[in-house]
Amino acid sequence: MRGLLLRLVFVLALPALLVAVWWVSSAGSEDVYWPPLGTILESFPDVWTGERWRGDVLPSVLRLTTGWVLAAVAGVALGTLIGSYRRVRAVCEPVLEFLRAVPPPVLVPVIMLFAGIGDTMKVVVIASGCVWPVLLNTVEGVRAVDAVMTETARSYGITGAARLKDVVLPAAGPQIFAGLRQALSIGIILMVISEMFAASNGLGFTIVQFQRSFAIPDMWTGILLLGLLGFVLSVLFRWAERRALGWYHGLRTAARRSR
Amino acid sequence: MLDVRGLRKVYEGSGRRTEAVRDLTFTVAAGELVCLVGPSGCGKTTLLKCVGGLLEPTAGEVFLAGRKVDGPPPGMAFVFQEYGRSLFPWMRVGQNVELPLKQKDLSRSRRRELVADALASVGLADAAGAYPWQLSGGMQQRVAIARALAYEPEVLLMDEPFAAVDAQTRADLEDLVRRLWRERGITVLFVTHDIDEAVYLGERVIVLSASPTVVREQLKVDLPDERDQLTTRVAPRFAELRTHVYEQIQAAKRGAGPVRKDTPPPR
Repeated sequence: MRGLLLRLVFVLALPALLVAVWWVSSAGSEDVYWPPLGTILESFPDVWTGERWRGDVLPSVLRLTTGWVLAAVAGVALGTLIGSYRRVRAVCEPVLEFLRAVPPPVLVPVIMLFAGIGDTMKVVVIASGCVWPVLLNTVEGVRAVDAVMTETARSYGITGAARLKDVVLPAAGPQIFAGLRQALSIGIILMVISEMFAASNGLGFTIVQFQRSFAIPDMWTGILLLGLLGFVLSVLFRWAERRALGWYHGLRTAARRSR
Repeated sequence: MLDVRGLRKVYEGSGRRTEAVRDLTFTVAAGELVCLVGPSGCGKTTLLKCVGGLLEPTAGEVFLAGRKVDGPPPGMAFVFQEYGRSLFPWMRVGQNVELPLKQKDLSRSRRRELVADALASVGLADAAGAYPWQLSGGMQQRVAIARALAYEPEVLLMDEPFAAVDAQTRADLEDLVRRLWRERGITVLFVTHDIDEAVYLGERVIVLSASPTVVREQLKVDLPDERDQLTTRVAPRFAELRTHVYEQIQAAKRGAGPVRKDTPPPR
């Protein structure tokens, strides 16, 4: 119980301090672009009403999850294929390096040309940015499967789908999750950017609207909400990772203890 | 049971040509426990991987029960030296033992039975729910042995399985292998660099030359079937045999020509 309290204090100390600093330094600010934190927090419930949650937050989150899931599936599937065969890798690697180097936001105008300005465009933009860390990490993870494990699987006739499901993918799991995590933060960025370009709803759209109409405190509430969204998603992700990779964390702890 | 004829393995790569195994011919009868011992770096692992179908020999053939080996055959199980890398850390002990069985056409209840039986015979009946990395090194190697047993192989190939565990654990594991071999009547081909271990375990010891490897000598171990760490290891006959093998290995290291003797040294 005391340990739990102590941990809570550790977790909350720095955020509380930063909020306090913001509060004090902005209190009584006359600057239009730098409203007091008190004002921002007061306008938060007025801005983010049930209708806004339904009409802007939910569509944004749906686009983000759809794009991210698509990227995850495509990235893991392609990455496994490329990582498993040396020849495929030799053919694909230069192209991958080039594609990865293209900053995803510049794709927005291009993707708009063929995917229009609807949800499809946003999902495609998010997916096309998220896929790279997943793909490249999967390739590395699949390539790095331990030689002894591979031989063990082979000597016991574990081949094909069973090998993929029980050996290759779990072995690459830690790397794949690292990729998925990077993809999540890229996804949030692309969600906002794609909504700023051409949209009629969504978080990015709303924040830009507030800024253009000089509703500065409202704009700040949107930024706060985006930060909170990112935080909640990362907590959820970490929870899922702990569940899926429990063995990996246990293995590392065991290895550290024996050293 | 196991018939190795004229096995040769040459590695080619980066402009270097290494002849690891030159010409190996030997047989292992059904139900026999044969130890392969040789100077370090003499291609023991290469040889065993060729026998197990994990590596393709450059020349020569391996037959398992009359069938040519051209890939890992279903009748063989492998126990590797690196137990920590051979068990899958994302699976619990029971799942690790069960995984190879899923490739066989067995009912779920039969699989359960095999897993429980194999774990019990290595003394790990309670560990099925643990992860491998929660166990000590010796216990992990027991799990690997249980996995091999549950697979019900005709031939068990063991590649320096106890090289990475401490001396006391090692003695226990040696006795375990002897006991399982006697109880289950499986054929075992056991590779080691440890001369005492080879003599203590084997019914027969095959001494290999330095690389490129040939068979230097085949030696029948005429120790009683009932062996134990205390009495066997101090028996005069054990000392004679180990001294003889030791001399052979030393001679092999010096590169002296092979002395093919297929009889035990005189008492």
